[in-house]
Amino acid sequence: MAKFESSNQVARNSPVKAYFIHHIRTLISSLGFLTRNGLSTVMTMTVIAIALALPSGLYVFLTNISHVSVGWDNSAQISLFLKSDVTEKQAQQLVKKLNLYEDIKTVKLIHKDDALEEFQRISGFGEALESLGKNPLPHVIAAQPKIDPQRADKIQHLLKELRNLKEVDIAQLDLQWVKRLYSMLEIAHRGIWVISVLLALAVLLVVGNTIRLDIQNRRAEIEVTKLIGATNAFIRRPFLYSGLWYGLSGGVLAWILTSISIGLMENSVEQLASLYNSGFQLQGLYFNEAMTLIGFSCSLGLLGSWIAVSRHLHEIEPS
Amino acid sequence: MIHFDNVNKRYPGGHEALINLSFHIPRGQMAFLTGHSGAGKSTLLKLIALIERPSRGNILLDGINLSQIKNSKIPYIRRNIGIIFQNHHLLYDRTVFDNVALPLIIAGYTHNEVGKRVRAALDQVGLLNKEKVAPITLSGGEQQRVGIARAIVHKPGLLLADEPTGNLDPELSREIMELFARFNQVGVTVLIASHDLDLIGQMQRPVISLKDGLLVHDDLAEMTSHG
Repeated sequence: MAKFESSNQVARNSPVKAYFIHHIRTLISSLGFLTRNGLSTVMTMTVIAIALALPSGLYVFLTNISHVSVGWDNSAQISLFLKSDVTEKQAQQLVKKLNLYEDIKTVKLIHKDDALEEFQRISGFGEALESLGKNPLPHVIAAQPKIDPQRADKIQHLLKELRNLKEVDIAQLDLQWVKRLYSMLEIAHRGIWVISVLLALAVLLVVGNTIRLDIQNRRAEIEVTKLIGATNAFIRRPFLYSGLWYGLSGGVLAWILTSISIGLMENSVEQLASLYNSGFQLQGLYFNEAMTLIGFSCSLGLLGSWIAVSRHLHEIEPS
Repeated sequence: MIHFDNVNKRYPGGHEALINLSFHIPRGQMAFLTGHSGAGKSTLLKLIALIERPSRGNILLDGINLSQIKNSKIPYIRRNIGIIFQNHHLLYDRTVFDNVALPLIIAGYTHNEVGKRVRAALDQVGLLNKEKVAPITLSGGEQQRVGIARAIVHKPGLLLADEPTGNLDPELSREIMELFARFNQVGVTVLIASHDLDLIGQMQRPVISLKDGLLVHDDLAEMTSHG
C-alpha cells in the first residue's frame, strides 16, 4: 500500500501550485486548439457576436432616444389660468411668489394681451375676436416644475397646491404626452430584455452545441486520458476554457460590431439633428457597458460549455 | 499485488466472461495471461484497471479492495497502473513527447521534471531522437514503444499489457518483451495478456491460462503450493 501510493511523490508540484499551473496550461492549450480549428472557431465566434450585437445595438438606440427625451422633460409645464379679475400687477406678484417655490424651475407670465395677439395670429379667428370688443382671455402663468416627470405623485401634489392659490382659476398639467413617451420607452426596454434573453439562450445553445461537437471529435483523446488517470475535472477543463474563449471573443466582436454600426449611422444622425437645430450626437457603448457585455458573453460561453460538458462527458468511458 | 477472489463477470445480455476466478500475483512478479480470444483475458485486465466492475467477488490491488473504490476515485488508482494496448491508443494530434508527457501532466509534475522523465522514458524504449516527431510517422513497433514509454513514464507499480505484440513481427515482439522484463527487474509488477505461446515459452515466466472464462492453469498457484 505504502509503496503503491508514495512512488510518485518526488518532484511534484504542491497540489495548489499544480492546480494553477494546470489551469494556465489548459487556458493556453485550449486557445491553441481553437486557433487550429480556425474557420469553425471564427464562425462560432461570429454567430455569438451577432446574437449579442443585436440587443446591444437596440440598447444603444434606446439609450440615445432617452438622451434626446431628457430635453423634453423640461417641457412638461403647468399652465395657471388666472381668474379674469386678477390684474396685471397681482399676476406679477404671483410670479414673484412662485419663483420662490422649491419645486418650480421657471415661471413666465403670459400677458392676456399678448395671448390674444398670438391667438388672433394663429387661429384665424381675428375678426371674430375683435367683434367681442373686450379681451376674453385671462392672464396665464407658465410654470415649469423641477420634478422628475416619472414622479407623478409629487407633481400632482404641486398641482393641488397651485390650484388652491386664490388668484388661480384653472391649473393644468401638460404631462400626458411625456407620460406616453415614457411608457413607450418602457415597452421598448422590456422588448429589449425579451430579445436579449432569447438571444442569450441562442448563444448558450450555440456554444453548447459547438462544445458537444468538440467533445465528440476528441472522444479518443478523452478515453485515453481517462485510462491514464485523468479526473473528470481535468478532462472538463479544456472544454470549459474553450467556452470561455468563445464567449470572450464573441463578446469583443459584438462590441466591435456595435461600434461599427454606430459609426456608420453617425453622419446621418448628425445631419438629421442639425435639421432640428440640435447638437445631438449619437452615443455608443460606454466602456463599462462594453465590459458588461463582454463579461456577460464570457459567462454565457462558460455556462454553455458547462451544460454540454456535464451532459456529454460522462457518456464517454473507456471500454 | 493483484488478488482475485472468486471473481465473476457477467456482461449485460448474460455472457459470462469470467467465472469464479481466483489467483494471486505477488509484487514484483512478471506473469503472462493467456488463452484464446474470447477466453476473458481483456476482461480480466479491464477489471484490474477499473474499466469494468466484477459482477461478484473481490479484487484486491496492493491491498486495496477495488469494489470499495468510488467512481470519482478511479483516476487515482489508474495513476499507479501503466496500461499498454494492442492498438497503442496514441493521440495523433500531438508529438511523441506530448504523448509520453500526458500522465505526468495529469499528475501535476513540474515542467522540468516532465522534460527529464519523458526523455528518460523515451531513452529506455530507444526513441530519444523521436521526441518531436508525430506518432503517425512512426512504424508499428515504434508506436508501440511510445505507448510503453507513456505507460512507464510516471513509474507505476503495475504494468498491464493487452496483446502488446499483436501486430508485430517475432523479432520486434521479442524486443518488446525484453523491455518489459527490464522494467520488471527494477521492481515493477508486470501482467501481459498474449496468445503468442511461442513467445511466452521463450520468456520463461509464470503463466495464467483462461478458457471460456475459467482458470485452467496457474503457474503461480503451483509455485506457492510447491514452495
